Amino acid sequence: MADAASTKTRAEVFGRREQGGMLGISKSSRYVAHAILILGVLIVAFPIYYTFTASTHSLQTILRPPLPLTPGDHFFKNYYDAIFGGVGRIGGVSVDLLLFNTTVMALGIAVGKILISILSAFAIVFFRFPGRMLFFWLIFITLMLPVEVRILPTYKVMVDLNLIDTYAGLVLPLIASATATLLFRQFFMTIPGELLEAARVDGAGPWRFFKDILMPLSKTNIAALFVIMFIYGWTQYLWPLLVTNRNDMNTIVIALRKMISFADADTQWHLVMVTSILAILPPVLVVVFMQRWFVKGLVETEK
Amino acid sequence: MSARVTFPNKILPYALILPQLVIVGIFFYWPASQALYQSVLREDPFGLRTTFVGLANFRHVLTQPSYINSLQTTAVFSIAVAFIAMSVALLLAVMADKVIKGKGFYRTMMIWPYAVAPAIAGMVWLFMFNPTMGTFAYMLRSAGYAWDPLLKGDQAMILIIAAAAWKQISYNFLFFVAGLQAIPKTLIEAAAIDGAGETKRFWTIVFPLLAPTTFFLLVINTTYAFFDTFGIIHAVTGGGPGKATETLVYKVYHDGFVNLILGDSAAQSVILMVMVIALTAIQFRYVEKKVHYG
Repeated sequence: MADAASTKTRAEVFGRREQGGMLGISKSSRYVAHAILILGVLIVAFPIYYTFTASTHSLQTILRPPLPLTPGDHFFKNYYDAIFGGVGRIGGVSVDLLLFNTTVMALGIAVGKILISILSAFAIVFFRFPGRMLFFWLIFITLMLPVEVRILPTYKVMVDLNLIDTYAGLVLPLIASATATLLFRQFFMTIPGELLEAARVDGAGPWRFFKDILMPLSKTNIAALFVIMFIYGWTQYLWPLLVTNRNDMNTIVIALRKMISFADADTQWHLVMVTSILAILPPVLVVVFMQRWFVKGLVETEK
Repeated sequence: MSARVTFPNKILPYALILPQLVIVGIFFYWPASQALYQSVLREDPFGLRTTFVGLANFRHVLTQPSYINSLQTTAVFSIAVAFIAMSVALLLAVMADKVIKGKGFYRTMMIWPYAVAPAIAGMVWLFMFNPTMGTFAYMLRSAGYAWDPLLKGDQAMILIIAAAAWKQISYNFLFFVAGLQAIPKTLIEAAAIDGAGETKRFWTIVFPLLAPTTFFLLVINTTYAFFDTFGIIHAVTGGGPGKATETLVYKVYHDGFVNLILGDSAAQSVILMVMVIALTAIQFRYVEKKVHYG
């Protein structure tokens, strides 16, 4: 307390000097910092800007490098063709179906992970039952079993359960979440026991306690996890590659991969560029507009 | 902990935890145990008979030149990606820590590539650098440099390293900024009063105090380079040209799923499992207690 108060007074006394003066950061070094940051932003943004520019030019322009640095006049035509025209190379599946598939997958994974993890954490923290810690460890250890280390046997399970080319197949195997369970468990353990006692005295059962007390308290955690898990679901690659064969079940990322061929002269590059932009846009918007939750989620899911 | 107030229900908790356990059992433990089991079996060429061969699959895998090659490829790739992504992010985070105006703007502009799928990051870099239509490939060739990542292994490697590192900068940036903010300003002020310049202060105070963050990011970046970059490699190079960009994870996929060599693929899976366990153990053992974010 005393420390905070003294910092405040000092900040008031020194005013703006506190920001840089005390630290000896000169004005010129701050200009250099801005210059480096702007350069950094340009490097980070350029590849996407390049793709966007390409998506507004005709195929002919794209095939004759160098590409102009400014957007062309084919914006509406290219986007219209990609969204409503159906793209030849991936079996006539239009981009809106691909976006729909990807949205189902991302939403399904985000909601599914949160749902089963919050229920598991609820059971582990607020009940005592034989096997409780064993179950907790069984969930925890899955952190060490990513899809990559069990590709073939997991594929076989999918075939046996008839889950190839289904939404359930895209979503279900990915909704187990050690990270989310750990996060909710940690959070639930900070909830004072008095709260639960008070709820029980008032005659609230587990369901009532969960719905009226736990859920409202977990709102920020749920929002943060949702953002992270939505992006996780949207950017999946290996899993949809394994479990979808039919073109109309592909996610947009996989379809994009199928559209590209360098050996083949008739790759519709302008439509490829449009599809790339449409594949990038939704998760980027989520990050930018839900930045607060995104940052919180990122920092917390990594323990 | 044990004194915690709880609900008295006996059956309900099982019902609550069941969905997660079912999924974990069917899609994680069963396949993982199958991988372990198959790693000690070998199928004859027609798939009619399987025999127990002990550790022969492991011996076979570990002595294969192509496996040694993919180990080296993975090492080069991971070290390069982690080093580039972390040093660029650190530089930018230190700069962002210095400026007063525009902090929020810079942060927003830095973090959004996190949302780009690795495979798309790879394809976007390929658009810019492919020999047919890439503007940068065109510029390199006009400058007299023989650039063709589709035919030359080392150039393909450079391309996927660039794409993988580019995508990871935003993540590292965010954590370095948090780490920098956690360093007490009084320490830096004291050094400034003692006459230490900015560079000296960075290397003698800031960088050492940032060590927990750096170490944590090193583990995370290694895991990322090992596993999450599969999409980049599959979409951009397909492990080629030759086997120049075939990492361990790509090889597991390729041997198991494309070439259908079950025993070898299972043995490789088990080796990877050991690596993940080691990485996770390091992360929890050494990182958890020492890094704090506000």
